[in-house]
Amino acid sequence: MSLPLRIPTPARLGYSFNWAGRIGLAVILFWVVIALIGPWITPYAPGDMVDWNYFGPVNGQFWMGTDYLGRDILSRVIMGARYTVGIAAAAVVLACAGGVILGMIAGVTGGWFDMLLSRLLDAFNGIPSLLFGLVVVAAVGSSIPVLILTLAVIYLPGSYRFARALAVNVNTMDFVTVARARGEGFGHIILREVFPNILGPVLADLGLRFVFIVLVLSGLSFLGLGVQPPNADWGGLVRENIEGLSLGAPAVIFPSVAIASLTISVNMFIDNLPTRIRDRSE
Amino acid sequence: MLRSATTWLLVGQRLGIAAITLVIVSFAVFFATELLPGDVAEILLGQSATPEAVAGLRTAMGLDEPAFTRFLSWLAGLAQGDLGMSYANNMAVADLLAGRLANTLRLAGIVTLVCVPLALTLGIAAAMWRGSLLDRAVSMLTISVISVPEFMVATLAVLIFAVWLDWLPALSYGVNVDSLGAMLRAYAMPVITLTFVVSAQMIRMTRAAVIETINTPYVEMALLKGASRRRMVLRHALPNALGPIANAVALSLSYLVGGVIIVETVFNYPGVAKLMVDAVATRDLPLIQSCAMIFCISYLLLITLADVIAMLSNPRLRR
Repeated sequence: MSLPLRIPTPARLGYSFNWAGRIGLAVILFWVVIALIGPWITPYAPGDMVDWNYFGPVNGQFWMGTDYLGRDILSRVIMGARYTVGIAAAAVVLACAGGVILGMIAGVTGGWFDMLLSRLLDAFNGIPSLLFGLVVVAAVGSSIPVLILTLAVIYLPGSYRFARALAVNVNTMDFVTVARARGEGFGHIILREVFPNILGPVLADLGLRFVFIVLVLSGLSFLGLGVQPPNADWGGLVRENIEGLSLGAPAVIFPSVAIASLTISVNMFIDNLPTRIRDRSE
Repeated sequence: MLRSATTWLLVGQRLGIAAITLVIVSFAVFFATELLPGDVAEILLGQSATPEAVAGLRTAMGLDEPAFTRFLSWLAGLAQGDLGMSYANNMAVADLLAGRLANTLRLAGIVTLVCVPLALTLGIAAAMWRGSLLDRAVSMLTISVISVPEFMVATLAVLIFAVWLDWLPALSYGVNVDSLGAMLRAYAMPVITLTFVVSAQMIRMTRAAVIETINTPYVEMALLKGASRRRMVLRHALPNALGPIANAVALSLSYLVGGVIIVETVFNYPGVAKLMVDAVATRDLPLIQSCAMIFCISYLLLITLADVIAMLSNPRLRR
């Protein structure tokens, strides 16, 4: 007797995406690829003035027009993807790694450690994120490592809070009690029992935090405290070309569209994650 | 409704926790600002200062004393309402802050009046007719607004209302505000921008909170016994969603005090957030500390208020 062959495809396991999620994922992957291969596909050097015409229109030579100095916007948007996507990704990974590790430890140990850390990070949450970023960057000076660390610090408390709440729930479940009774150590409980069971929601949370970080980074750059000229991320590109707004210049529209496309597609992707991943408790 | 003594005890306990948090916050704020690089005395005296002059100024300003002593005297001053003197221009911090804080609170107040009723109505309506055209339109709009940076909402508002339609001035300050009409026009742009930004978040969270209670068995029961959809949501679901909604509103409103730096910059509006960023540039520690305390206090106040509302509205939280 032969068993019917069933290949465990994502759809059969309940992990398939609907069309909105797929579009979101496609746009995210598109920007990631652009960020990775950016320097090799720019039609012009991003810092070169290639046109006498400032705020030039869209044409066959310059696909997205030119900026206030006559530099090619397409090349600058492609390079901007590196800064925006790269800095935001590094910061969100740091923030979530720190938050999840601390959150799991606090959630599993409880007691005064949990109490102290939770109160402290709650208090920290009260400081507006963009303002904290501004203050640190204004005080220390802006460089890419400073930006990454600042953004990571801003979003660590939120990630901690989220991971802790999940870990506390998982911690009371029977299989964790069983593992304790079996005599498993602290490391085993955190890594093998708790972590796999909070991974799905944590990844969804990571996506949302990525959006927030992109927005704060763009805000910092818009105020002139983010990535420093002559380099520019997307927020910086909007700042540089803001005078072109009343002329309806493509130089200010395309970077804005780039930011919006990235953040909206991440939101679409997260909102349409299969429930199996998003919420394991159901 | 009868509130028992234990309820008020719990509320008092919550207020106590808020007070303790406030002390921790003041500690964190003080020592975080101490960590800012750059010596105040050197910055004040400029490049040509002799080491003796710098040392003299440090002693005169009390910077030589240990940090913890200064923390205690700062805290004692705060408790008496003495915020200290600004390093940069030798004015009392309280005088510098008063005008700015009034501006910030006025803007925040106007935005609150506009956006809380708007956001709650839209959020509850979207949850009530879930999946309808209204719900989908509201969801689409709010997700777009929270997905784009604030400066894009602000510049878009300038582009539409000031450049294309020419209805409103692009800058809010500097225009004279003698008549009511002129004042309305001056505040219109920042208020429109902030209303979009703040209510988007509120609408989403209100909708989610109401939908969550709609999915509970007792609301289903109300539907089964023949209550209208309206009655089911407003009488059965809404009172139980009040806690999360209050929390969402509090979070959004706390943003209006310190988070509006972009809007203050784009519209040239003199509020507290801008004052703080300027203070960092001059290493004006007393001013920075006072601004940070204002943000933290307003956040704590709003969050505590939301928690108390949640406790009073939900008996299960009082056990």
